[in-house]
Amino acid sequence: MDARRLVGIHAERVTDVSSRDFPGHYPDEDHSWNLKKFRKNLTVQVRRVSQRSIDFDLVGVDASIANAFRRIIIAEVPTICIEHVYVYNNTSVIVDEILAQRIGLIPLNIDPKKMEMKEADDESTDRNTMVFELALECTRKKDAPKDTTDPALLYENHELLSGHLVWTPAGEQNEVFRDKPPAPTNPNIVIAKLRPGQGIQMTLHAVKGFGKDHAKFNPAATASYRLLPHITIKKPIPVHLAEKFQKCFSPGVIRVDPRTKAVSVDEENKRRDTVSREVLRHPEFDGYVELSRVRDFFLFNIESESAYLPQELLPEAISVFRGKLSSIRRAAQALLEAPADEDVVMGDS
Amino acid sequence: MDQQNTNSNNNQPRAGFAPPVREIMEYSCADCGATNEIKSREPIRCRECGHRIMYKKRTKRMVQFEAR
Repeated sequence: MDARRLVGIHAERVTDVSSRDFPGHYPDEDHSWNLKKFRKNLTVQVRRVSQRSIDFDLVGVDASIANAFRRIIIAEVPTICIEHVYVYNNTSVIVDEILAQRIGLIPLNIDPKKMEMKEADDESTDRNTMVFELALECTRKKDAPKDTTDPALLYENHELLSGHLVWTPAGEQNEVFRDKPPAPTNPNIVIAKLRPGQGIQMTLHAVKGFGKDHAKFNPAATASYRLLPHITIKKPIPVHLAEKFQKCFSPGVIRVDPRTKAVSVDEENKRRDTVSREVLRHPEFDGYVELSRVRDFFLFNIESESAYLPQELLPEAISVFRGKLSSIRRAAQALLEAPADEDVVMGDS
Repeated sequence: MDQQNTNSNNNQPRAGFAPPVREIMEYSCADCGATNEIKSREPIRCRECGHRIMYKKRTKRMVQFEAR
């Protein structure tokens, strides 16, 4: 491993945090940005995909790029969420305001690409608004057993669930959303609990929005990365300390040969290490090992909690990023075309 | 026109309009939950259980909220 790629991890500090592969830092070395070189170094590899989450490696980019993707996934990939709540009746114990806020947080399975943004003064149309109805009345069950306290046996509709949302198609929506009728991604979310005589009736309007506007629009549950841990064993670990050395790391990170007790790092599993620095606390291992992380090796973990499949979120973030770049390019172009001798006008002055 | 306006200010029934419907006020008992109609100057007392605490019912109008 190239020592320049490593962030040093010591007992009480980290070293070489910033990257230095920019022009002019190393004498007589060309570090100007080069597409061919960037292409050669860049790799994206999916390690694990499930229905709700994905683990992938992004290697060969600067932290600013990796962080940009993470932030775009959280804040700028659009989703559809309930935004307006029209309450006709709510006799439950939860007040209208709290109930409205809870309903807004329900993830919906609506593909955001099929809807348009509704700006502040736009009329609601079938292209930018999705209407749901929510009505439930709790009643006593006639044939309930006398000796029970279980509300499920005593009452009808004692829980208002996300599955009670009923989509009301408008205009072209019936055709556009035919193959996947709009509904919550999870029908079992409890919105409110009811008792006999209590009821809720409301109309809900869902719109498209961004996570930077409100956290309910965040398409991911978590989107995070960490740097690949790197462990360098400087000299062979004494045989009688092999097991103790192994226990200083997460399970699977350090291999101990069962016969010779020779210690080695499992290259495939070293990503499992939590970099707890436990090994640095023991004086007997002083000078035997160096801990570090690889500065340009990002282990991403994204959990989707929206209409997007987990593997769709990075491509979505990239397309949002490209949109930003194209507007920067247009702004730069406009600067070039402006008369060269003119001062830049700041604000209104 | 002016004449008509002063008429309506005097709280007299306006010609051509139906007299405003007196909506019966319904209250629910704090003790037994029964619905009671109570007119003005009537004793505040539940017809079912005699409890003297009443709750006003929620408005029948739609209330709008932002889910934020």
